Amino acid sequence: MKTEVPAGAAYRPRRDRLWFARTRSYTVFVLRELTSVFVAWSVAFLLMLVSAVLSGGLPEFVALAGRPWMIAINVVALAATAFHSVTFLNLAPKATVVRLDGYRLPAWMIQGGNHSLWLVVSAVIAFFVLRGFR
Amino acid sequence: MIDVLIVGGGGAGLRAAVAVAETDPALKVAVVSKVYPMRSHTVSAEGGAAGVIAPGDTLDEHCYDTISGGDWLCDQDAVEAFVAEAPKELIQLEHWGCPWSRESDGRVAVRPFGGMKKMRTWYAADKTGFHLLHTLFQTTLKYQDIIRYDEWYVTKLLVDDGRVHGVVATEIRTGRIETIPARTVILATGGCGRVFPFTTNAAVKTGDGMALAYREGAPLKDMEFVQYHPTGLPFTGILITEAARAEGGWLINKDGYRYLQDYDLGKPTPTPRLRSMELGPRDRLSQAFVHEQRQGRTVDTPYGPVVYLDLRHLGEAKIDARIPFVRELCRSYQNLDPATDLIPVRPVVHYMMGGVHTDLHGATPIAGLYAAGETACVSINGANRLGSNSLPEILVFGRRAGIAAAAFAKEHREAEPPAVRSQGEDERRRLERAREGGRPRNGRGERIADLRERMQHTLEGAAGIYRTGDVLAKAVDTLAELRERAEEARMEDSSTAFNTELINLLELRSMLEIAQTIAACALNREESRGAHQRTDFSARDDAAFLAHSLVHRAPDGTPSVGLLPVTITRWPPGERVYGRD
Amino acid sequence: MTDTTQAVRQAAGTRTIRMEVARYRPGQDAEPVFQGYDVPLMSDWAVLDGLNHIKDQLDGSLSYRWSCRMGVCGSCGMTVNGEARLTCGTFLSEYGDGPVRVEPLKGFPIIRDLVVDIDGFLAKLSSVRPWLIREGEDLPLTAEYAQTPEQLEAYKQYSMCINCLLCYSACPVYVLDPDFLGPAAIALAQRYNLDSRDMGDRFDVLNQEDAVWGCTFVGECTKVCPKHVDPAEAIQRYKLTAALRSVLPWSRR
Repeated sequence: MKTEVPAGAAYRPRRDRLWFARTRSYTVFVLRELTSVFVAWSVAFLLMLVSAVLSGGLPEFVALAGRPWMIAINVVALAATAFHSVTFLNLAPKATVVRLDGYRLPAWMIQGGNHSLWLVVSAVIAFFVLRGFR
Repeated sequence: MIDVLIVGGGGAGLRAAVAVAETDPALKVAVVSKVYPMRSHTVSAEGGAAGVIAPGDTLDEHCYDTISGGDWLCDQDAVEAFVAEAPKELIQLEHWGCPWSRESDGRVAVRPFGGMKKMRTWYAADKTGFHLLHTLFQTTLKYQDIIRYDEWYVTKLLVDDGRVHGVVATEIRTGRIETIPARTVILATGGCGRVFPFTTNAAVKTGDGMALAYREGAPLKDMEFVQYHPTGLPFTGILITEAARAEGGWLINKDGYRYLQDYDLGKPTPTPRLRSMELGPRDRLSQAFVHEQRQGRTVDTPYGPVVYLDLRHLGEAKIDARIPFVRELCRSYQNLDPATDLIPVRPVVHYMMGGVHTDLHGATPIAGLYAAGETACVSINGANRLGSNSLPEILVFGRRAGIAAAAFAKEHREAEPPAVRSQGEDERRRLERAREGGRPRNGRGERIADLRERMQHTLEGAAGIYRTGDVLAKAVDTLAELRERAEEARMEDSSTAFNTELINLLELRSMLEIAQTIAACALNREESRGAHQRTDFSARDDAAFLAHSLVHRAPDGTPSVGLLPVTITRWPPGERVYGRD
Repeated sequence: MTDTTQAVRQAAGTRTIRMEVARYRPGQDAEPVFQGYDVPLMSDWAVLDGLNHIKDQLDGSLSYRWSCRMGVCGSCGMTVNGEARLTCGTFLSEYGDGPVRVEPLKGFPIIRDLVVDIDGFLAKLSSVRPWLIREGEDLPLTAEYAQTPEQLEAYKQYSMCINCLLCYSACPVYVLDPDFLGPAAIALAQRYNLDSRDMGDRFDVLNQEDAVWGCTFVGECTKVCPKHVDPAEAIQRYKLTAALRSVLPWSRR
């Protein structure tokens, strides 16, 4: 059969709307991206706290935060944010390649440094929070 | 009208393109290639590129190694020009960004190589060709006026009255057939290893450029000289670079014995000695393998007999630093680790010393037609090329051809003669007919693959490492017959869209022309020299054959072989001595 | 490659494996369809050897690209059982009893059967100015620019790309947005950015929504790369470079 092909008559596959469901690694990636929603929520929650402190509405905020559904949301948010942060710090060596005398600092050292710094900052915050800003 | 049209986008073609662009930016230069340039076979070269740079090395020594390596069949004026320009070309590549391996002080590093008396082989780990090609390709992107015809296949040179006027080419993607008029054409299509069944050469190495020139009356030169590389992986034919031996690898037979010491190549030493044992020239090493096989000291595998390349004593660190690609290839394609395992190897067709006959500037006897690289035969390689001479060759002679073609194009501004148009039309009809052959799925004719296989085995049987007259004579006839049968080959694809079957058919026809010239030249040369070893004429015969073979295509399609004297300047023919000094 | 037919004949009676190959013949197929072929299951055959067997012995009309068969020319990238692979380096025996499903690389327009259109990629490659940029007089061709092994090591990995395009095919950002500059082109830009001999600046092409900032760091490009170029790393590193440059205008790189 003779087929005349006009130049550029390539087949363009349709956009796959379910691309993230095709392989496990894509799905894991999208799930990780979704944890950003909880990171955003944590930020919003913190801003609500600041606003409550500034406007004197702290008791109402504490009451709201103490409700069971709010605690549930924040437990999930804590887990999601912690997951997001840990994976973020683990990927950091990809962006920060450190070379000393041509020797490339191994990824675990950069990751370890990040996690240590994170722990120190968390400890400082915890110290002030638990001490109650006296 | 194109001023300089380059057929082939590998190292020689791209180097020529840049040379033209730098000579005169007003010249229109085009590169026509059947694959995207960075797919070209230059990419597979591993070991390195020779150029005199190290203290204590001299141009004369590089000349001598090349000429003795080529068994005195090299044109010595060409070798002198080549050796003098090679270092400049390699530095030019460095200035364009090639990631050459370095000494700790920042200078370019050199390594030893087979047949070379001094360390003069520049390398980029063991992917020298890959880096060289990508550097060149990326550099050509800077010259945005270079026109590229990617995935176009040239089917015919337009020649009228001894002068080239362009080409006919087909765009593989659409099947469009075009006449591309050009003032000059440079052939840079590489070698033709695919005429043999077992080769390191990529699928695209089908001798297209040689066949294009040959059909239009340009002679081919020294076609009987086919280089077998001693270390190819069985089955795939993947090359294990000579650098593996230069770094200290040993060749051992089934008894674990370094057998090269029995073949006048010197005595074994724990560390490599230049021009000795495993660092002898490729022709001698491949011939030694055949003798080992005859004495039953090779190991049988489903893909034929093998010996072993032993790298284990080098250790993992050295292997990873100097020849990482060898390890990668062994792991991915042979499922073994050279740090702990022996590598099975056997001689494999690697390189064509012969090619389109040119002068020192790449000019062929057809006015305006040039050739460079493996397609061409200048000749600097003589009867046997030394490892790491081919990469500088494509640079030196790619540039020379580019400059010469640019000069020719500037001087010859006349319009194309009318005969050229009608030639183009005839060619278009011929191609359309070939494609139409696939129209009804009639199942007539023989398969392209079967004919190709027949050709490959005929040539292997007759023009392998050792040859004899009567077998060669029979092969010449068989190949002529196969050429006729290929005219009636079966086609199952008549589509115009990316019809690779049509390209395979045209490639087969090119290969059959080339295969015939190889057998005919081998039959005519009644002596043994370098890579051409006749069992019925086992000695070198300088009185009769210190000359190039020059093969023309007779009007009936048969090859007619003559001789052309070799140019000798300062190195009278002598004995090739390895491992003794 | 060696001629395989003889070995196949010697091993006659050997097992076969089913290959399901995507066919798209313009003018004949409205969209890709699968065609099945049974090929000998040889222990050392790559998927590409299976395709060559089909082309040579079963169906001459199948079209695909291949050349070096040693993983360095970059021609034979295809989708094998859903994954972007170099078919010369993927063994048939990896897929047990089969079937082996071979499709063109995802994310590219299909020209014919397993052949995709890569002209868009070539344009992207040129756009990052992938050549050594120098200022001032060139050195004469008698001396090289000095570069220590450490300086070479700083960019070497990014110079190993064979343009096989597996990374584009695996990248959901590219598949959804064909204008994304993509992994290989950015890695190549970084290959020159990090070369001690280069004096160029590619900030204008890289610091773009469709360039490094389009990357969401899925990381698949690095996973499928047969040459361990790690394009994901190259992109993240340039993100940091670009961010620092935006904050610290006097800093370069």
